Parts: sequence; C-alpha cells; structure tokens
Amino acid sequence: MSLAQETLSSLRKKLSAREIAPEEIVRDLLQRMEKTEPKIKGYLRWDAEDALRQAKEADISKPLGGVPIAIKDNINTRGDGCTCSSKILEGYVAPYDATVITKLREAGAILLGRTNLDEFAMGSSTENSAITTTRNPWDTERIPGGSSGGSAAVVAARSAIAALGSDTGGSIRQPAALCGIVGLKPTYGRVSRYGLIAFASSLDQIGPMTRTVEDAALILQTIAGPDPRENTSKNLPVPDYLSLMRQPLKGLRVGVPKEYFVSGMDREIEKAVRIAVDWYAKNGAEVIEVSLPNAEAAIAVYYIIATAEASANLARFDGVRYGRRAKDVSDAIDLHARTRAEGFGPEVKRRIILGTYVLSSGYYDAYYNRAQKVRRLMRQDFTEAFKKCDVLLTPTSPTPAFKVGEKTQDPVEMYLADIFTTSANLTEVCAISIPCGFSTAGLPIGLQLMGPHFEEEKLLRAAWNYEQAHEWHKQEPKL
Amino acid sequence: MNYEAVIGLEVHVQLKTRSKMFCGCKNEYGASPNTHACPVCLGLPGSLPVPNEEAVRLTILTGMMLGCKIATVCKFDRKNYYYPDMPKNYQISQYDMPLCEGGAVVLDKFAFPKECQKDPEANAKKPIRLVRIHLEEDVAKSFHFEETSGIDFNRAGTPLMEIVSEADIASPAEAFAYLTTLRRILLYGNVSDADMEKGQMRCDVNISVRPVGQKEFGTKCELKNLNSISGVRRALEHEIQRQIEVVSKGGKIVQETRRWDDVAGQTFLMRVKEQAHDYRYFPDPDLLPVRTDSGLSDAAKASLPELPQQKKDRLIRELALSEYQAEVLSSDQPLCAYFEKASIATKNKAGVANFLINDFLATEPDTSSIAIPPEHFSSLADLVGEGKITSSQAKTVFAELVKTNEAPAAIVARLGLQQISDSSQLEKLCDDAIAANPRSVADYKAGKKNAINALKGNVMKATKGQANPAVVDEILAKKLAS
Repeated sequence: MSLAQETLSSLRKKLSAREIAPEEIVRDLLQRMEKTEPKIKGYLRWDAEDALRQAKEADISKPLGGVPIAIKDNINTRGDGCTCSSKILEGYVAPYDATVITKLREAGAILLGRTNLDEFAMGSSTENSAITTTRNPWDTERIPGGSSGGSAAVVAARSAIAALGSDTGGSIRQPAALCGIVGLKPTYGRVSRYGLIAFASSLDQIGPMTRTVEDAALILQTIAGPDPRENTSKNLPVPDYLSLMRQPLKGLRVGVPKEYFVSGMDREIEKAVRIAVDWYAKNGAEVIEVSLPNAEAAIAVYYIIATAEASANLARFDGVRYGRRAKDVSDAIDLHARTRAEGFGPEVKRRIILGTYVLSSGYYDAYYNRAQKVRRLMRQDFTEAFKKCDVLLTPTSPTPAFKVGEKTQDPVEMYLADIFTTSANLTEVCAISIPCGFSTAGLPIGLQLMGPHFEEEKLLRAAWNYEQAHEWHKQEPKL
Repeated sequence: MNYEAVIGLEVHVQLKTRSKMFCGCKNEYGASPNTHACPVCLGLPGSLPVPNEEAVRLTILTGMMLGCKIATVCKFDRKNYYYPDMPKNYQISQYDMPLCEGGAVVLDKFAFPKECQKDPEANAKKPIRLVRIHLEEDVAKSFHFEETSGIDFNRAGTPLMEIVSEADIASPAEAFAYLTTLRRILLYGNVSDADMEKGQMRCDVNISVRPVGQKEFGTKCELKNLNSISGVRRALEHEIQRQIEVVSKGGKIVQETRRWDDVAGQTFLMRVKEQAHDYRYFPDPDLLPVRTDSGLSDAAKASLPELPQQKKDRLIRELALSEYQAEVLSSDQPLCAYFEKASIATKNKAGVANFLINDFLATEPDTSSIAIPPEHFSSLADLVGEGKITSSQAKTVFAELVKTNEAPAAIVARLGLQQISDSSQLEKLCDDAIAANPRSVADYKAGKKNAINALKGNVMKATKGQANPAVVDEILAKKLAS
C-alpha cells in the first residue's frame, strides 16, 4: 500500500513512531501524482525538489510535522505564483505568506502542489479555470465541483493527503461532497483570510479538505485563531477540537430544516440524507424539525452581495503593479481596460458587471441594501434555529457530480449548485460536508452539517460520530 | 451691478501618525521612492487593511478642537474609481457615517492678511461652519518623466483627514484667514505638520459668484493645484474677477475644474465636470465599524490642548501681556511654550515677551528648537526689571547671549555692564561733569532745560553707559537747582 492512500492522522502516528520518514510520503505522493494527474488535472503545478527539501527539514515533533498538504492556488505563498486560475495573474509572484501558510509552516507541514480552481473561485465545477479543467476521480467525464475542485479531486484521488480550499458560497463543501471527501468551512472570522486572494470579503473562509473528520480537525486546530493582520478575525481562543470531537452523540440536538428538502430534488440524495437523519435519531441524538423561513432567498442575496464585493476586490487587477499587462496601450485608461478585457474570463466579467450594477446609484437600495436586509433576516433565522438545536443537517449539493459541459451554457443553473451551501456563508456560521453514500451510478453524496458561530467542535462531534459508524469515507475511486 | 463670492473649502490633512492608516509601514515624508511600501499599501492581492487607532484618535481630537459632533460609531466605505496611483482602484474612505459632523472655524483677526486686519470683516469673529470631517487613506504619487511615468507608493495609505466647510466664506481674505486659523489649530493639537508645500495640507476650492441680494448660488467652479495659503487667496481673487467678468457680460459660468498657475497668476481649464461621478460607495467588508465611545473619545479628550484663542486670552488676562504680544506668541506654539517656560521665574513677563518678539525673532525666525536656555530670558528680564542694567545694555547682553548661551549675569559681569545706581558714586561724577561744562550749566540755568542732557551724556560716558540715567537725572537736577 502506498503512503499516499493513508490519512493525515495515521501518517502522523507512523511518523511519530519513526516507522516512516517524510521523504517516503513525498515520494509516494509524487509517484501517485504521476499516475493520476494526467486523468484528473487537479494540480496546476508542483515542485518535487522543493517538497523533498522540505521533507528533509521537517520537524516531526510539530503537530503537522512531515505531512504534505496541497494548497488552492488563491492563497499567497512567498516566492511562488498565485494564479487564481486566471490569465490576469500570469507572472505574479507572491512576496509574502498568507497567515494560514505561516501557520502550516510553523506546524511542520510540507507544502506540496497548488490546486486548480474556478477563476477567482467563481464557479461550482472548476470549469471556469482559465488554465485547465479538473476531472472527478469517481468519473472522469464529470466535474469535481468547485470552486475548490482541484483540492477536492486530488484528496479523493489519493494524490494529496489533505488540502486547503476556500469557501465563499460552498466552494469547499460542494466539491467535497461531489468527490466523496470531508470539507470544512469554519465560522467567518475563525481562520485568517490574510493572504487569501479575495472574491467576496464578507463571505470568504479558508478551510481544510481531507479524507476524514479527524484530519479536518487536525488542520483546523493549526490554522484557526485570531490574526492581528485581519480586522474581521475574531479574538477567541481555539478549543481542543480533537478531544471535543470524540464526545458521544448523546444529547446532541440535530435540526432538520424543512426548507432544505424541496420537491424536485435528486431522489437518491434525499434518500441518503434521510437515512443519515434516521441514523442520528437511532444513535443518541435528538432530531428536531426546524424552519429557516428566508432560506429560499439565499441564492439571490448571495449573488448580489458576492458580486458587489467582487467588483471592488477585483478592481486592483489593472496591469499597473503586477500580473499580466496589455501591450501597446495608448494611455492609463486603455491599459486598465485592455488588461482586464484580455485577462479575465467570461464568468468573472459577468460577476464584475453584475456587482458594478447592483452598487450603482439608483440601484443600490433595490439590490445591495435590500440584500443586506435579507441577510440580516437569515442570520436571525439561524440564531432562532440554534436555540432549538446544536447542528443543522441538510444535503450539501442538490445533485451528484454532473458532466463536464453540462451546465456551462446556463449560468443560473450552475448557480443553483450552491443552493444549500450559500446560507452558511451569508450567516457566517460554520459548516462541514461529509460523505453519506453513493448514487446508483457510483457517485459520492455528501451531507452538510451547520453549527453556531465559533462552535466548530459541535460539527466535528456530529460528523466524527457518524463517520466512525460508516465506511463511505474509506471508499477509493478506481483510477 | 455688484457681485459677491460664495466660497467653500475642502481641506485634506495628512495626519502625524507613526504608521500608515491600514498597515504598519512608516508614515514619513521625503524617504526615497517605494521604501515604505508593503503588500497592504501596494494593494497586493490577498492583503487586508487593519485600521490605525491613532489616526482615528487624531481625527476625533480635531473634531473636538473644532466643536464637531463626534460619532459614537463610524464605518469605512470603499470609494470606487480607477486611477494608476490608487493601488486597489478603490479608496477606503467614509461616506455616510463620518467621524465628525458640524463644528466651525472662527476667523481670528490676526489670521487675516496683514493689510486687512483693520477691516471690519477681520474683526467680526465670523464662524465658518463645517459640514464634516472624515478619515481616509491617501493615494500614491505619480511622477511623469519624458517617456514614462513612475509611481511612489510611500504616500499610499497615509492617513488623510478631509475637512469640508460650508459655503460660508465670502472673500479671498476670509479664505486666507480660514486656512491660517485652521492650520494653527491643527498644529496646536499636534495632529499634522500641515505644511502645504509638502502636501501635508491640501486645499480644493469651490467658488461661485452671484449678484448681491440674490439667494440662489451661482454655478461653481472647482480650483486645484493650490500649494500655499497665499496662493489660495491669489487664485480666488483672480477667479472671482474672471467669473464676474463672464457674468456681467451676460455669459454663463460652466461647471468645471480649473487649475491655478501661480507663476502665470491665472486659472486654466482642466476639465468640464460631466455628470456626477458614480463612486459606488459601499461599506468595506474588510473593516469592522469603529466604536469611538470605547476609549478612543476619552483618549482624544485627554490630549485636547489649550487652543490658540484660549491661550491668547489667558496670556492677556493672567500675564498682563498686550494683545499684540499675546497674538504673536499664541500664533506660534513652540515659541509660546518656550515663553511660558522662560517667564515662570520672573515678574517681568512682558519683558520676556519683548525680548522674544523684538530681539529673538529678529535674529532667529525658526522657533521650533530654541537653543538658549529659557531661564536666561527670565534672568535678563529680571536684570532690567530690577534696574540692574539699562534697556540698551540689555540689548548688548542679548546679542552676547545669542552667541554664547552664557547666563546674562555672567555676561554683565564679564562686560562690566553693571548699572551704577549708587548715588554717592554718581554724585561725584555729576560734580565733575558740572565743573567741566560751565557752558551747559549756564544754558540750563538760563532756561534751556535740554542742556542737562549734555551733562548727563558726560556722566554716561564716564561710566561707559553703566550709570542709571534716572538717578543721574535726579542728582543733576537737584545740584543745578541749588
């Protein structure tokens, strides 16, 4: 068996026991990547030599010492590119480390490989990458989900032990569900955004994508915590996730929001999630039906707020200081306009235009302001719901992985892939997706758990207990 | 027909903080280009702003000094527009919840140009109301070379306060007084160095004219490139004339931005204002709202200085200075602080003020760091006040003092300048003078009272100027009368 197939926690045990060395893990992974990458294309690039050097220097006594982790290519790592899978960042080399990268380095992790994403994390299939299209390891005709599709695919394909993703409207959880892995979006403010190239600043969070709940807890333990470089990071101590997650289910109240089980949803997904709900009821948890009355507005609110913020966040890509620059321009305005026209892909342009529109004078109140009001109502809904329950249980994605090209012609249909996930970002709560079954076509199905602000331990406890009693996460795609 | 001007000013002030508005880079003028630039102030992807509390405190302090209402909660907004010297292509500013609202700058008589200080408008203590003061980040600075342009990001992210006045200003002299008074207050609060030539204080002007008696405003023009307070005055004088000429010939003013050329003494068209720019302001999601009632306001209140007007009143009331002395001293904070130190130990406070204003300022206009120990001024004033040296001797002592920083008493001893008031010593000298100048004595006795001066001159000469002239006068008069 290749070390690439093992989980982070099992590798850590073996490393601590001196049964294996970090270089062996890196070599096994590189070998695995050579085999799977031609089919999956989850990585944009990796530096084998540098990874082996890091492995040699790795301090095994550290919490993540000696374990390689793949990074979504929208997180700045000093000395490396950070493309956001966009042409506009061609040639950009990050002069600084994101806070999560600093924390991973300090915890002894090896940084190995940069993963593909929808351009600027805008998309749900990774087809919006301007560099390459990543395939789902369970069926390479299908998409891996997005926008952290590269990270999800390589973790599922066993060509990465674990990865970091970012989640603005479901970008960690939806690809995790579609690739049969664990994806955790922490509470807004729990993990520093400093160094994550912003899509929508009030929604973005970095989180772990792993094969087990325990691995997710391990990484969260390292990357969570206050950051003086981020004003919106929350100054709260980080609890001991690994021990809290092992608390028994007994007494945990699982809320099932009725609005998330809509007529017309995929039958196999509904069935798999219902079975999971029953499992919780039978295994010590208390299952309660709850209501989130404003849930149906989530997609509309999300696409107003996210695009508004993105329209300003992406304004800095103008060819003046870094990245791609249009040639033979006549003046500064021409430089801005042509650099952006040539550098951005169609979905990014669509969202910039949409965001510019909703902020325009005369439309601001009808769109942006109204969306903010509904966002506040949604937050109240969640606060009310969490008075009755500890976690909310829903499907992660309305469908299993769809075929490459299937939804690219209809942006709205693509947007609906995030129908169950955007609420957690809008309300800033934490959420996790874990495997809960397979469709008859053999495609993974994920269930989503959402928890109150800064109570990730409740999510991990609910998820870990479920995972202990099931084998879904142990299934490997045949490649 | 008579016309009147309606003027409003927008003043940008760079705050004197150690670091920039949203990052830890040094806030320093004059460093070599792009040496104070980090991922945050370069707007690199992934970087995030963290607000500088000191800048918030200084803005609150300014608001308190100007009598503004201080918001208990304020927020930062993004102002979206494209410009090569703006790293993020949005500026972090404050839109609908500024830190300060209202308040006023009361025009001080001595803040008017010298030749206007006797005019009624200079003595009206007119308040110029403020609309608001908000906090934002400065942009970078562009330089244009022959074939290329360069951008210096040292300035990018410097904390910048924008002070917006109502259109209460009615003349170029009032605009001059407004800026002078405002600048003085900013210096007092140590909020900014407010040097217009260094761009630490920048001023945009909105100006329109209307026939006297008309209520509606005329069409306004905006003036830019105003690099000094006197430049603002000159630009306004010119622009008012230009607008009156256009209007009185039946023409119409077009809303436009005009550039002041100080050398040519004219304004030139920069651009015609099209429809209002849509900046698409929205709350910056990277920045939490700032509460000022959680300590920031208290900190600002604790650093509130005595303001120029208060200081001036106190100098007149408590130290019995003349209005002129109080004005000169209070208009220069370092000089005034020095005066207060120098005058503590002496009763002759007006004497210290006189030495500083008449003698010191004549030799050394830079008052930021005065090398002479302040206690020397008190001793000098004491020597004069107690009649130990004459005023003209004091000038000699002062000239030495500036050169050597020696204690005045030591100078007096070294130069042998002690004033002689001892009558027995002087009586002998007076007798000698009377004996040696029979002609003057005769003249005096014949009614030419001035003739006593020649005798006195004799005594002074004999004592190398050390004789107390009042005592000599007295002795001579007594002797000649007998």
